[in-house]
Amino acid sequence: MNVLVYLLPAALGLGLLGLFAFLWALKSGQYNDVEGAALRVLCDDDIEP
Amino acid sequence: MSEAIDLSLYAKPEADGTLGMDVAVEGIACGACITRIENAVKRLPGVIEARVNFTNRRLHVAWSDALTEPSRILQTLQANGYRGHPFVPLRAEQEEAAEARRLTRCLAVAGFATMNVMLLSVSVWSGNVTDITPETRDFFHWASALIALPAAAYAGRPFFGSAWQALRARTLNMNVPISLGVILALAMSVVETANHAKDAYYDSALMLLFFLLAGRAIDHAMRRKTRASAGNLAALRAETAHRFTGDELVSVPVAALKCGDRVLVKAGERVPADGEVLSGTSEIDDSLITGETARRKIASGAVVYAGSLNFSGVLTLRITAGGGASLLDEIEKLLDKAASTKSRTLRLADRAANIYAPMVHATAALTLLGWWLAGASLHDAVVTAIAVLIITCPCALALAIPVVQVVASGALFKRGIILNAGDAIERLAQIDTVVFDKTGTLTLPEPRVVNAADADPELLHMAARLALSSRHPLALALAREAVSAIPFDGAVEEPGQGVRVIIGGEEARLGSFEFCALSRWVPAFAGTNGNDGGVSHIYFAHADQSAVFAIAQKLRPDAVHIVQALRDLGLDLHILSGDRAEAVRPVAEALGIPQWLGGLKPAEKIALIETLKGQGRRVLMVGDGLNDAPALAAAYASLSPISAADLTQTQADAVFLGERLMPVYEAVQITRRARSLMTQNLWAAAVYNVIAVPVAIAGLVTPLIAALAMSGSSVLVTLNALRANQKGRSL
Repeated sequence: MNVLVYLLPAALGLGLLGLFAFLWALKSGQYNDVEGAALRVLCDDDIEP
Repeated sequence: MSEAIDLSLYAKPEADGTLGMDVAVEGIACGACITRIENAVKRLPGVIEARVNFTNRRLHVAWSDALTEPSRILQTLQANGYRGHPFVPLRAEQEEAAEARRLTRCLAVAGFATMNVMLLSVSVWSGNVTDITPETRDFFHWASALIALPAAAYAGRPFFGSAWQALRARTLNMNVPISLGVILALAMSVVETANHAKDAYYDSALMLLFFLLAGRAIDHAMRRKTRASAGNLAALRAETAHRFTGDELVSVPVAALKCGDRVLVKAGERVPADGEVLSGTSEIDDSLITGETARRKIASGAVVYAGSLNFSGVLTLRITAGGGASLLDEIEKLLDKAASTKSRTLRLADRAANIYAPMVHATAALTLLGWWLAGASLHDAVVTAIAVLIITCPCALALAIPVVQVVASGALFKRGIILNAGDAIERLAQIDTVVFDKTGTLTLPEPRVVNAADADPELLHMAARLALSSRHPLALALAREAVSAIPFDGAVEEPGQGVRVIIGGEEARLGSFEFCALSRWVPAFAGTNGNDGGVSHIYFAHADQSAVFAIAQKLRPDAVHIVQALRDLGLDLHILSGDRAEAVRPVAEALGIPQWLGGLKPAEKIALIETLKGQGRRVLMVGDGLNDAPALAAAYASLSPISAADLTQTQADAVFLGERLMPVYEAVQITRRARSLMTQNLWAAAVYNVIAVPVAIAGLVTPLIAALAMSGSSVLVTLNALRANQKGRSL
């Protein structure tokens, strides 16, 4: 069971990484316009034909 | 108009030295609009940033000094087919946005911690029935404590703060049992872990926080959405005024007008603020203020009120902004009184909390006492009592009402009804009497041609197209009948008389009887000046043909139908109007409403509503005029059409869009359904407790059972709430 000593912190660290990524996204305003984001992905005006 | 627009009220300096402005944009419908608007605005020299927020239909622009005329931003929008209305975000809206972000952060932390602790807990539970060693179990419990304690301290703040305030004020709210449950569960778990016990409740405490925070976040998201749409409506309605700066005319937002400013009001425009007429004569339509449809003649020295429609002449006003405006003063006084005497209705959730919180505490205390007296050790008695606290914590209760509210307000929004007040759904659902105002509520806000069916279609179309070239209110009403929206080239407007143009070599004239020189063909109608029971006439002559169009207030297209449908719902209907009795009678008769009164002053409207309230009725007031605002505040629930006066709209619980009266019926139907779902959910939560609490008192609750019970009941009420979105019985 000694494997837990480093597996558990590793799992927690990965989880925390996800949490901080979400908090950063929230802070940088990426959730301010969720409907718009869904539509913007379909815009291809910036691609040269 | 080549008139300059002054936007200095809206442009705010930003952190990087640029100027920024928020614009509510009408007409954003799809993804293509986003790029079209952003690209067009960014092409202006000096614009640094343009970003459309599709969710709340707003545009944020930032520009540097290189953009000399900020009004070009609005012109660019207009040129692309969108109407932009700049606005200053309300403080309340910004505070709510900050609170929503705080709740989302707490929710994220609680979610992260719950998932990880649950991972450890499941290992312990499966280990307990197989071969986990006590050392591994302790390690897992301490790891859980390491995650749970800081996470709960962070994510629980919204509850702890509110509970502490309630306790200091010596009251109880829903947050008191929640905070107590979470803190005691965590404290007990730490003690149990130190004693190498088999079970700990870290996961229960965190899951509790997660579900409760989810309920709050949902509730907040709904309020933010209604607030944003209400903010956009306010921006749409913020009109501009023509102010004299020296001798120059500058277009300024009405909010920027100051006492003593001189403004010009053209024919067909609304008076921007209370004021005194300096020069000019005209007829004024006060229907938005008093409900009176007959027009009032005014000359210099007369007092006019914001919202009145200038009918014929050009007026120059000096703004007095409320100072001595007796009508507005009186209305505001009534409003204050009505709002303060309004019995605060206790929300369903608060009522549930008032019963619930003492019961939970009493049950837990009795459990402790009972087990201890029955001879159990103090440790076992405390553990059982805390299990009771955890299992009774109102997860499902906290979700039961917000989820229904969100789904119902979404359903209302889809049908063009925008909520102003958070508890409007509950109050709208309980009404048993509806009081309508007449002008602008049962009738359309703008007058229409009433004899269009009798007129020669060719002449009607020609006249309507010619009417497009005039700003006169009667011409505007006629222009609504136009098939094509292209005005004739070379049409000339003679102010106060009419419009003329050459069509096919012959002159066509639209306007007053004299202007059309019609005495040869048709006799002038009695009361040509438009005070004949609210019917006005406009004349049209072309070559040797002529026509007369009668223009009057018209009932909303589905009014008869909806009034009948409301009566079928068992509601008692009344009309209380500020207009003359002769004007109200035909409307009341057409709709078959026997209980009507006309010529009422605002104070009399309130008195009548109070009388109805005194009979134990719950009154829904539907009105749009400034004179209705106090009555809206006094009524149990209130609705306003979007065309209503500003002050009136802010008093209404909800605002509805469009020409039809249908939203009134739908509002009642949807909110009634929502309320029954809320009650169902509360009962579901109660039944859950009836089953779970005896198990907890018996001391049989393990952390596994607690986890299953909490998530199970929460999912159940959420699924039930989604039924609010189902199509109601359609008409």
